[in-house]
Amino acid sequence: MSDKPSKLKIADREFSSRLLVGTGKFSSNEAMRDALIASGTEIVTVALRRADLSGKHDPFANILDFIDPERFLVLPNTSGARNATEAVRLARLAATAGLPKWVKLEIHPDPHYLLPDPVETLAAAEILVKEGFVVLPYINADPVLAKRLQDVGTATVMPLGSPIGSNRGIETRAQIEIIIEQATVPVVVDAGLGAPSQAAEAMEMGADAVLVNTAIAIAPDPARMAHAFRKAVEAGREAREIGLGEKSWNASATSPLTAFFSET
Amino acid sequence: MSFAQLLDDLPLRKSATVRRFESLLAPKTAADFELLAQQARAVTRRYFGRTMRLFAPLYLSNECINNCRYCGFSRDNPILRVTLDVEQVVLEARHLAGQGFRQVLLVAGEHPKFVGRGYLADCVRALAPEFPSISIEVAPMETAEYAEIVNAGAEGLVVYQETYNRATYAEMHTSGPKRDFNWRLDAPERGYAAGFRRIGVGALFGLSPWQDEAVALAAHVEYLLRRCWQAQITVSVPRLRPAAGEFQPQFSISDAELAQLICALRVTFPQIGIVLSTRERASLRDVLISLGVTSMSAGSHTEPGGYTHQGADDLHLTVGGRAIAAETRTREGATATAQFEISDERTVAEVTDSLRRRGFEPVWKDWDQALAKS
Repeated sequence: MSDKPSKLKIADREFSSRLLVGTGKFSSNEAMRDALIASGTEIVTVALRRADLSGKHDPFANILDFIDPERFLVLPNTSGARNATEAVRLARLAATAGLPKWVKLEIHPDPHYLLPDPVETLAAAEILVKEGFVVLPYINADPVLAKRLQDVGTATVMPLGSPIGSNRGIETRAQIEIIIEQATVPVVVDAGLGAPSQAAEAMEMGADAVLVNTAIAIAPDPARMAHAFRKAVEAGREAREIGLGEKSWNASATSPLTAFFSET
Repeated sequence: MSFAQLLDDLPLRKSATVRRFESLLAPKTAADFELLAQQARAVTRRYFGRTMRLFAPLYLSNECINNCRYCGFSRDNPILRVTLDVEQVVLEARHLAGQGFRQVLLVAGEHPKFVGRGYLADCVRALAPEFPSISIEVAPMETAEYAEIVNAGAEGLVVYQETYNRATYAEMHTSGPKRDFNWRLDAPERGYAAGFRRIGVGALFGLSPWQDEAVALAAHVEYLLRRCWQAQITVSVPRLRPAAGEFQPQFSISDAELAQLICALRVTFPQIGIVLSTRERASLRDVLISLGVTSMSAGSHTEPGGYTHQGADDLHLTVGGRAIAAETRTREGATATAQFEISDERTVAEVTDSLRRRGFEPVWKDWDQALAKS
């Protein structure tokens, strides 16, 4: 057994935790803060539209005050943007407001299923990478898009398991397997993970990390659920590193086709 | 097919979604109602979490050239009227900002002389630096007129059809441009074409049988979700409240039926916003918030100048649509007449405390002008 699980490396930073956590939907900022700590996460994503970017420390839009920047990397996200122009504008605004020059690029023109727009995402990624942002794009589980994004220099790809908030788990498994197989950057499975077992499944598949929000935020005890996800992610990663046994379709008591050879 | 055609065909032809919605409105046993409520709550939590968006209506004007039998602002009602100027609007808005609101809904009667498009755009422009989210609820406009409001910084449009029943609509709207049913019906699509990001629709419950209104409303939502796919669709189900004119509703919808309607909307359309105003009393609102509501107003006034008494010096009484002589205008301390009586009279702080006690985070800011700039 190796001494320690390997670290997650995104751009030039290393992280011990492979669980990224979102900050929407919590019943209070205090509940959110406790859950973030319990999750062991080191990367926390925040919707810029909920934050005060004016520098006035608006007490009615103070979600950032509950996220300790010493403890967590604040990963601003562009949720709400419908196209590349809006996403780029938001990312620049966040950088101007003093947030890290990292961005979770989310462009979903349909506000109901929140499915990402591949065309606009690629266009925005290209611009933001050139401007020096570390770009983590949220995408549908499309292997070709993932390659195109890697080619323009994104730091990760973040394919969805199923639509945001759906709790349906990894419905895009076959496509995510291809993305993982072909990836040259970390693959973070984002969205749709409703149970720790689903997070473990993503890690066992070979995802480098997962992002969880809804399942933690709306749990009756968010901090405990965050901790449950932490353990699941660690377990899934460890199993992946050890190597899981091949699945077998049959019991293998006898080998009728080849028994002859062992009888002699 | 336009929604007008679809609406006229609705009695004969309903989509699978609308049929399912209709079945959810049927009378239910207590156990089935509870099951529906639990389903609605679970769906709301999944998509919207344990949060509640808060907004405040800001009435700009109660001048109106329409006569609508149920509305306090009707032209022929002898009431005190005023249109706030832009500076007064800003002062009212600052009061709301001080209470926490970052999302305002600008409301006005229909009166081209007082509430012109230039005026509305000026109001939006003046508020945009201080309010991340501005919506309007005014008389329907042309697409180009809406575009001016969007460019000024508004992102939300609210147009309630009042009633989807053409005969009732004709009976209720006795004079004025509002009599044009289809013009109003198509307003959400014109608003979408103009660039509004949130589109609110609704019916006023009490004008015709509630199930019929609800089914038409659901059909409208389904239609808009397909066509206005980049807009967040929100729905409101206001019940008629007492107002000047003393209109007596012919139809009613009970508290339980209203709750069932909200649950049915939520289960049928998991991702739409559902808006609840202060028309409903506090105790009922506290229950409804768990069943599907995602956005609510608090501490509301439905008269122009209601928050800080702006415009009190400009009040004038109108009779039959005409302002009467200045010397008989107003008594000391008078305020403009409200559109309707509100029912939840709690302060903003009382509403947010109640939300927190029930496990909801009040969300004031959920939008940024950086997204709205074109």
